[in-house]
Order: sequence, then structure tokens, then C-alpha cells
Amino acid sequence: MAIISTAGLARTFQTKRGPVEAVRGIDLTVRPGEILGFLGPNGAGKTTTLRMLTTLLAPTGGAATVAGCDLARDPGGVREKTGYVAQSGGVDPTISVREELVTQGRLYRLTKPQAAARAEELAGQLHLTELLDRKCAALSGGQRRRLDIAMGLMHRPEVLFLDEPTTGLDPGSRADLWDLVRRLRDEYGTTVFLTTHYLDEADALADRLVIVDKGTVVAEGTPSALKLTYAGSVDATLQDAFLAITGRGPAPQDQTPVAV
Amino acid sequence: MLLHDIALVFGRYARQTLRSRFQMLFGILMPLLYLLFFGPLLTDLPLGSHGSSWQVLVPGLLLQLGLFGAAFSGFAVIIEKQTGVLERMRVTPVSRLALLLGRVLRDALLFVFQSVLLVLAAMAMGLRAPLAGVLIGFAFVGLLSMSLAALSCAFAMTVQTPVEFGPVINSIAMPSMLLSGLMLPMALAPGWLDVLSRFMPVRYLVDAMRDAYVGEYATSSMLYGVIVALCFATLAVTVGTRVFRKAGA
Repeated sequence: MAIISTAGLARTFQTKRGPVEAVRGIDLTVRPGEILGFLGPNGAGKTTTLRMLTTLLAPTGGAATVAGCDLARDPGGVREKTGYVAQSGGVDPTISVREELVTQGRLYRLTKPQAAARAEELAGQLHLTELLDRKCAALSGGQRRRLDIAMGLMHRPEVLFLDEPTTGLDPGSRADLWDLVRRLRDEYGTTVFLTTHYLDEADALADRLVIVDKGTVVAEGTPSALKLTYAGSVDATLQDAFLAITGRGPAPQDQTPVAV
Repeated sequence: MLLHDIALVFGRYARQTLRSRFQMLFGILMPLLYLLFFGPLLTDLPLGSHGSSWQVLVPGLLLQLGLFGAAFSGFAVIIEKQTGVLERMRVTPVSRLALLLGRVLRDALLFVFQSVLLVLAAMAMGLRAPLAGVLIGFAFVGLLSMSLAALSCAFAMTVQTPVEFGPVINSIAMPSMLLSGLMLPMALAPGWLDVLSRFMPVRYLVDAMRDAYVGEYATSSMLYGVIVALCFATLAVTVGTRVFRKAGA
């Protein structure tokens, strides 16, 4: 039984220059407890898809079910059962970490004591305890990211959507974040749907990859399966497979060596 | 559930405001300057009213405070759009109406608070008005602030940058202030200007408030003022909610 399934999910934006089909029809399924890497070149429709699956943007075509709720008929149900961490995060720099977490919990309809306790618990798990009473503006990039994720986990969602979670992080913070995502899945069975531009991240973290280009799914499978199919060998890099799939390899090298 | 959500959203913004003395006090600077440097000019002029010139000027200044303050409320929405705060709240199950009403109520309360300070300053300058009238005036300021803040937030949802937002708001707020007769009553205006001003909702509010400030509560101006203020508030909140409900902003 899939926890996310979409059929022909599409979004067309009306602009002054005519309609723009950002997402032309996405068909995908995600199994419960899976870490799914959602990849694609810039402008492929990743964020638009994510915004539709998290109810921020109404689809103009197709259908989807997320965590047992129909996206069009029961967006409220989808919101209750999923968490979303946008690329830009979303905390107010002037507010303290604790206050943001507690208010977020209460927006998810936890009671005040529940929200306070959950904030402490998550802060402990995400190494934010010392920072609880600091303003969000005072956090480093890695700390901010952990806070963003804590915000998305306050209500113990079944599905967590992460939009480029490690962009801008140093190698140590990235490794921490990968561990966190794995722990979420291993200990709580959370399904994680993440987009990334880092192919090493997708390779290391995701159980399965879905690659989109020009608004549709162009390939999917485990990282090794994609390498074997598209780059000819399981020892190839995901980079080779990705470029073969999206057809945007580097320009062919000029045979004559450049004169020095 | 809606009340719970409104209280929650209101609480978030109210705490933010309480932490910022600047936000709490800055709004009264402009009306205070008018009070100090413009008010004394009117003391001996015939303004076509029973009361003193202060009873004519102060209601106008209070509505000016609400008008300019609330019309720019949307700036906060634009900032929250840019920091991702708004979107983060929109993926929670919180009611969309509460996301609007919570912040709009904070604005209304903030401007009523500033109005109280302004009235105290005006009393030091020589304003004398019945308490009931002054309280009615605060109610008008609250309603107008709420309406304008709702429209301003709705407009902010549809623009991308503060650069688009500021000039548009300014070019609406300034003529509204002049055409509503906030500085001087429209009773002094030539016919064409008086007719033009009757298209401005705030005109009816300020006329009603000026009646209240001289202790006349059962007048036709008061009736029109109450009707216009309530209709405008209903319209503004309806428009605002519709925009806040629509996804993709």
C-alpha cells in the first residue's frame, strides 16, 4: 500500500505570455517508510510538485493521495499528517527557538503542555537544547536547518517533505542531517520525500530515486539500478546516469588538443 | 476551533509587537506632529462645528493614524512571504481565516492603543470631549484599521516585492486622507469636492466621530458612519479571506 501516489499530477501556470506547463503529469508511488530522492535539473518541476503534494498549490490536472487523504478533497487531512520543510526554511529571526517550536506545535493542534514537551524532546534529539532560548537569527546555518526540520516534525508526521535540505550546509552538518533522516525512518518509520541537487546525497541517502525532467518522470529505481541501466555499470557514478537520463551531458570534447 | 486558531495567530503577532517599542510607538509620530504643529492653527478658525477645533481635528487624526498604519500592514505579509514563514504556517492545518484575522486583530488593537496615547496628548493640548464619544471613536478606529489591514494583507499576498507594494498603497492612502476630510471637515468644501468625498468610506466615519466628540450620538451622520464602517469591514474581511484561502500565493 503506497503512502503517496499520484496519477497525472499536473500544474499549468497562466502567464502573460501564455500558459506554462511547469508539471505535465507526474505518476509516482512512495511506499511507507521509504526515503525517496526526487531529482531533476533546475526548472524540471520539483518544487512545483512538492508544493502541490503539500497543499500549497492546487493541481490543474491529475490526482494524488497523500497519507491516505485525497489531495483535492481533503487537504486538511494531508496537512495534519505531513510535514514540509521548504528550501528557505520559515522561522522568524526575531522570535526565540522555543517560541517558534511551541507555536508551530499549537498550529498543529497540540495543547500548550504537549507542544512544550514536544519542543523539549525534539530539541534534545536534534541538539538544539542549548539554543532553545536564543533568537532564531542567532543560529548558524546547520543549526537553522535542524530547527527547520524540528518545525516540520512537531506533530510526528507520517510523511516528511524536504526541499533541498542540505543546500548551503558544510560537510559536517550535511553528514549530521543524513544521519537524522535515516534515524527518522529507522526509529519512527517516517516516510521521507526529499529533493536534492547533490547526487552523492541521493546515492547515500535515498532507497529509491525518481528523476523528473520537463515536468514528467523520466526514470525511477534504486541508485544502483539507474547506474546499471543508464550508465552501463553499477560502478558508474550517479552523475553519469543522471546526465544520460536528462540528456544534458557536457558538450562533446574537441578532439584537437588546445595549443599551449 | 476557529477561535482557538485566531487566538493562536493573534498571540504570535501580539507578542512580537509587545517586544518592539518601536512598532508600538512609531505610528503615532505623524499624527502627533499634526497635533502639535497643525492643531494650534485651527483654534480660532470657523470650522462649521459646535465644538472646539480640537473636537474636529482629533477624530480626523485618529482615523489618519488608522488609515496610514493599517494600509501598510501588508508589508509584514511580504516579509513573511520572503522568509518562508507564511508558507510554513500555510502547510499546517490552521484555519486560513485565522491566519488573516489573527494578524488583523493585532493591528486593530495596536492602532487603538496608539489612539489612546494620541487622545491623551490631545487632552494636554486642550481637547475636551465626552468619554462616551471618545470610546465610540476608538471603536471606529478599530473597525477601520481591521478593514484596511485585511485589504492591505490581501493585496500583499498578490504582489512579489515591497517595491510594488509601497507606492500603490501610498497613492491610495494619500488621496483617501485628503478626500475624506480628515484634516478639515468637508463641510467647508465647495460642492464638487463634497460630492467627490462622499465616495470615500472614511468620510462617513470621520463625520460620525466628530458628532460623537461633541456628544451628539443620535444623528444621521452617526447612523451612516456605523453602517459604512460595518459594511466596509465585512467586505474587506471577505475579500481578505478569499485571497488567503486561495493557494499558491
